[in-house]
Amino acid sequence: TSEQIEHLHRRFKQLSHDQLTIRKENFDSIPDLEFNPIRGKIVRAFFDKRNLRQESDGLADEINFEDFLTIMSYFRPIEMNMDEEQLDRFRKEKLKFLFHMYDSDHDGKITLQEYRNVVEELLSGNPHLEKESARSIADGAMMEAASICVGKMGPDQVYEGITFEDFLKMWQGIDIETKMHVRFLNVDTIAHCY
Amino acid sequence: LDYQHVQVPFEITLWIMLASLAKIGFHLYNKLPSVVPESCLLIFVGLIMGGIIYGLNDRSPPVMDSDIFFLYLLPPIVLDAGYFMPSRPFFENIGTILLYAVVGTIWNVFGIGFSLYGICQVKAFRLQDVSLLHNLLFGSLIAAVDPVAVLAVFEEIHVNEKLHILVFGESLLNDAVTVVLYKLFRSFCEMPTIKSVDVFAGVGKFFVVGLGGVVVGLSFGFTAAFTTRFTKDIRVIEPLFVFLYSYLSYLTAEMFHLSGIVAIISCAMGMKRYVEANISLKSHTTVKYFMKMWSSVSDTLIFIFLGVSTIGENHEWNWPYICFTVIFCLIWRALGVLVLTFFVNRFHVNTITSKDQFIIAYGGLRGAICFSLVFLLPDFHRKKLFIAATTVVILFTVFVQGMTIRPLVDLLAVKRKRESAPTVGEQIHIRFLDHLLAGIEDISGHWGQYYWKDKLEYFNSKYLQKILLREYDQPKSSIVLLYEKLERKHAIELAQAGQLGHGPAHPSFLSSDRTVITDQKLEDTPSHDVLDNMQEILARNLYRIRRTGPAYNRHTLPGDSEPTERAKEILLLRHKSL
Repeated sequence: TSEQIEHLHRRFKQLSHDQLTIRKENFDSIPDLEFNPIRGKIVRAFFDKRNLRQESDGLADEINFEDFLTIMSYFRPIEMNMDEEQLDRFRKEKLKFLFHMYDSDHDGKITLQEYRNVVEELLSGNPHLEKESARSIADGAMMEAASICVGKMGPDQVYEGITFEDFLKMWQGIDIETKMHVRFLNVDTIAHCY
Repeated sequence: LDYQHVQVPFEITLWIMLASLAKIGFHLYNKLPSVVPESCLLIFVGLIMGGIIYGLNDRSPPVMDSDIFFLYLLPPIVLDAGYFMPSRPFFENIGTILLYAVVGTIWNVFGIGFSLYGICQVKAFRLQDVSLLHNLLFGSLIAAVDPVAVLAVFEEIHVNEKLHILVFGESLLNDAVTVVLYKLFRSFCEMPTIKSVDVFAGVGKFFVVGLGGVVVGLSFGFTAAFTTRFTKDIRVIEPLFVFLYSYLSYLTAEMFHLSGIVAIISCAMGMKRYVEANISLKSHTTVKYFMKMWSSVSDTLIFIFLGVSTIGENHEWNWPYICFTVIFCLIWRALGVLVLTFFVNRFHVNTITSKDQFIIAYGGLRGAICFSLVFLLPDFHRKKLFIAATTVVILFTVFVQGMTIRPLVDLLAVKRKRESAPTVGEQIHIRFLDHLLAGIEDISGHWGQYYWKDKLEYFNSKYLQKILLREYDQPKSSIVLLYEKLERKHAIELAQAGQLGHGPAHPSFLSSDRTVITDQKLEDTPSHDVLDNMQEILARNLYRIRRTGPAYNRHTLPGDSEPTERAKEILLLRHKSL
């Protein structure tokens, strides 16, 4: 809606200090984002060309307001009158966004190393956790993913990585379309950044 | 024979014994509990007992004293419910729950009160002398959904988590409203004139009662957590603190005329996280078992006494009034749920389907709280009418609605609880999503649900955990806890399969049974069997489960299995000592 777009535009101007584009450094000025353990990934997701619906791969250097809106649109809440097909598409879109966040080297698969990276970042808020434990947790989770996606594997089979289809399967239990949205209803509560 | 000397404890013990034997009796017939919910059977037993006593003594059997109910029988059940409440779904739906509890109850009270007053105006029923105020008073005590009855029925039908938490949360939280309205109308009955100032005072009182209950509960909860920080050398009395502090919070709240139920729930929820980190494994198990045991006993006793008290001369059977009461209860509840859900669905993405709405409306069971409140009414000449009406409503809701709700749930194909084992991967994903959404909210400048949750977590880790946890240097996230639990099970499974001589040397999931693990290759020879077994084992619980689903069941603790239990204990001890 136009109200929401105006609100986001105001926010964009705040972040970019009244310029036309935002760079990565502008995101550093948000105070609360500092405590977020995966902020690196979040900021990168904004610049990821795959999310911006551009053909190429890699990261853009700066984004304008239109791109900002594109990213934000991934977090739209579902509307009441959507049918099955639309819901399915919606769900896939959101999951694709998430998949791109996990898959940092843009090869279409989440490898064990990337998964370990994710877990380490998630648990990085806890300074007393050793890297070894984080690594083994990631390994365990990877094995679970393998069992969900591929079932029983022979002793010689190699599990390359989690593809997007497998990723879809893993998220089946969680209703992503209802959880992954931000409500923009309250226009007044704009947090200020310096 | 010195019967007088031991009379009181002897009789109490006999009642409890009777209740427990009745419970054993039901479970001997396998088919019975699936058709008839336990609460019905217990009331039935109570009815028989009441009949026998009446026949023998030819006077009314002992009526359940309201004090005994409110002070001794109700707190264990509420404590059990609050302690095992899954906090994540609860807080996600807290807005809806509060809306149903507060607005819904008020709607029901006034609706029932006014419509019954309308009925009283009809000359044919000879009810002219029941004033509006009396009807409103009656409405206030009959409108509240009862947590005991709801818990007893809903835990046998496994509906989906959201529905369960909605009905259950509502039944717990509407106590605040009930207390205020009941006391308000009762004081109005005694006052000669009512000014509008009094009405406003009543509204203000509601906030005081509710919020005061929360404050009292939280302060006791945090004190309990703080106390357990120092109990390292006297592990034996640790469980006692949990119970003492919770009970104290209930009594203190009741003392100040605040809502005791809200207090005890906030106490349990507040202290749970810290206490579980501080107390030992054995104390934890003790707390769990004792809570279940006490709440089970209370629950059984309540229903039996309900049955017993029904027989007797306490009733005045004015059938039109009674029938209309039942009808109005149903109608107003259905209307209330419909209207409120309409509002809720406009603000929430996660809509409540009409099937769910039906179950919410149908699951509005009344129980022992109404019964005790009606006995606490001041003695006026129409009191027996109210007692009779209350009894009929309770019996109707428990028997008819309780028995038919399970076939209805099957018939309507209401979404059931998702029966799946918790996996580490899921935890990781959910946590990732939480952080992602909090980050997006920060970026978009919107203070939403995840923002506050994040802030609370931050506050918790910075301040609360330092004060309340004993070993602050090891706060463990739920992902790590779940992972450790799974890995322990894995180790135990391997040991049972004879593959381990001793526990693994360090917490590494893979190095003990794999020869090679490279970055890209995962070998699977023992492990996919183990994985299958692991799914089985995941259903059994050893230590700190962080379940993603409701964990309470009055009859069994999550995960009981006799033969492997001892083996697990030994292995666990060995594992821990490494």
